[in-house]
Amino acid sequence: MATLNDYLLVSGLLFAIGLAGVVLRRNIIVVFMCLELMLSAANLTLVAFSRFHPSHGLPDYNGQMLVFFVITVAAAEVAVGLAIIVALFRARQTIHTDDLTSMRG
Amino acid sequence: MNLAWLLLFLPFAASLANQLVLKKTGLAPLVSVASALATFILAVMLLGTQGSAAFHWASIGDFHLDIGLQLDTLSTGMMLVVTGIGLPVHVFSLAYMKDDDGKARYFTGLSLFMFSMTGIVLADNFIMTFIFWELVGFSSYLLIGHWYRKPSAADAAKKAFITNRIGDFGFMIGILMLWGITGQLSFDKMKPGLEAFQCANPTIWVGVLSATVLCIFCGAVGKSAQVPLHVWLPDAMEGPTPVSALIHAATMVAAGVYMLFRVQFTLGCEVFQQLPASDVIAWTGGITALLAALMATQQDDIKRVLAYSTLSQLGYMVMAVGFVAGDAGMFHLFTHAWFKALLFLGSGAVIFACHHQQNIWQMGGLMKTMPLTTLTFAAGCAALIAVPGTSGFFSKELILDAAYQAGSPLFWVGAFVAVLTPFYMTRLFVVAFLGKPRSDHAAHAREVGPLMLVPLAVLALLAISSGYSFLNRFAPALPHHAGEFHFNLVAGVSMAALVIGVVAGWRLYAGKDHDPICIPLLRERFKFDWFYDTILIRYFQDLLASIIHFFDEFLINGLLVGGLSRSAEGFGNLFRRVQSGSLQGYAFVFGLGVILVIYFTVFI
Repeated sequence: MATLNDYLLVSGLLFAIGLAGVVLRRNIIVVFMCLELMLSAANLTLVAFSRFHPSHGLPDYNGQMLVFFVITVAAAEVAVGLAIIVALFRARQTIHTDDLTSMRG
Repeated sequence: MNLAWLLLFLPFAASLANQLVLKKTGLAPLVSVASALATFILAVMLLGTQGSAAFHWASIGDFHLDIGLQLDTLSTGMMLVVTGIGLPVHVFSLAYMKDDDGKARYFTGLSLFMFSMTGIVLADNFIMTFIFWELVGFSSYLLIGHWYRKPSAADAAKKAFITNRIGDFGFMIGILMLWGITGQLSFDKMKPGLEAFQCANPTIWVGVLSATVLCIFCGAVGKSAQVPLHVWLPDAMEGPTPVSALIHAATMVAAGVYMLFRVQFTLGCEVFQQLPASDVIAWTGGITALLAALMATQQDDIKRVLAYSTLSQLGYMVMAVGFVAGDAGMFHLFTHAWFKALLFLGSGAVIFACHHQQNIWQMGGLMKTMPLTTLTFAAGCAALIAVPGTSGFFSKELILDAAYQAGSPLFWVGAFVAVLTPFYMTRLFVVAFLGKPRSDHAAHAREVGPLMLVPLAVLALLAISSGYSFLNRFAPALPHHAGEFHFNLVAGVSMAALVIGVVAGWRLYAGKDHDPICIPLLRERFKFDWFYDTILIRYFQDLLASIIHFFDEFLINGLLVGGLSRSAEGFGNLFRRVQSGSLQGYAFVFGLGVILVIYFTVFI
């Protein structure tokens, strides 16, 4: 039987992988996917806590409800983000973040 | 008093209307002449009235400034001179400036000048005097530089303005010192403060008051063109001749004498007499009279001869003020105004007829071609060289008499100047009007029109007769016995001087075609201009300028302004590194930040 700590460990691992991907990878689509990974890590934590902190014999559904919100918002974010990436590619013919430094001071 | 306010603001309204509305219409000269006529009538109506009116202008703490008018014998008499010269000059200008493109500008300047001069004369406090003092300087600048396309005229205008600024600086200090001593700025309220100051400081009041009077005298040295600030007046002859008649002979340059007399009057003659400053004033005037008369003997330009003669006569007036005989000085101012304006307008007519030829050696024989002008000019000459019976004789007599009474060696200086004056005027008259024409312009000169002749004739009458008691009672100030004649040593000396001067001038210059004597030092005007140009400007001013330039360039520009901008730029450059534009960089820093926040919230 997996304990809460196992779940949290996996979740932290996922988050670390996501963050590492965001910071290190140069392909903007991969960066985007890593971002989703971090969101999933957060979702996993929420669900784990909901499961392991029952009230009156039932899981705490507040946490799970929040997960649904996160998923919804993430879906919207993907829609907008991918659209931006497509537009960016059309404008600059690249999705390599090293080439996208026009905001450099 | 309403008439007095009208007298002050009418010329201003005329100049405003000319400048803003009538510039293009050709009505500007008529408006100005009408305003001059109206002010003359007003001045006659106000003659001899007393009164004062003021309105409050500004307050700074306990310090109150009024704009006020003061009418008394002095100011109304002076107004008669100003407007009485102003009117003929305006009329003369109608003819003289007939074909000038900048006619409207010229008449605007004249009206502005009339306004400023009225302000000086009627002012009842020193601040107002100072304001209008600067305004006459400004209008004089405009009018000297009327032909501003000519570099010499533009330079002369600048020179007049800057030279006057030097004197005005001292004047301003003097006004402030007088305010510090008496606590008052109005002329008629100063006396109690002065007496209190005398009682409180019995030992030092003479010195302090002397310094004050000398500072105020600086203003008069500038405006009345006394040595060493006289250099602007001969150059100011670059302006149109009627302007020279009005501003640089009769009224503005006399403002210095008027103001000095006002100060003498305000402080009281017996106080003034005790000040060492009065000796300085007398000597400055005497030296100016002497140097200017010497320089006048060697000038070839008809207007410059008259300009130096004006300097010399102003020197007489200042000398009279220094001898605490300011009323004699004011009487000379009164008579001098008429005959010197006449001489300048006469020279203007000659210059006009000779197609702007001003060199007297290119003239000659004008008596035949321009008899009426010659006649009026001769009347002016007679008054200037103090032929007995003319106005100049009475007034110059009184000044010499004052010098004689004071027992000062300046009496003999004055007597020598009285020899030089007839000498150079005879030279001028003989060379320009008698003999044969020496150029085509002079040979084909024609008598000028009535618009010029009428002012000349009126002024000629006044030049001869203004010394007599039926006219001299209108003078701003009048000594006793003015217009009477008693034969004494002074009169004898002055008549001998006249005879010597005329005979010498006639013997030397009658029938000559070129100047038989040449004294380079006098031609180069005692090297005053050379001294100012090469010594003062090159060494002193340029040295000062280079020091200031150093401060400006290195301290202000390099350290303060440039330093600030450079440090801002440096900080900017430092911070632009942060703004790398790389997405992952931001994310990394953001992650670090989050970790830090967690560390602080959880573990500390």
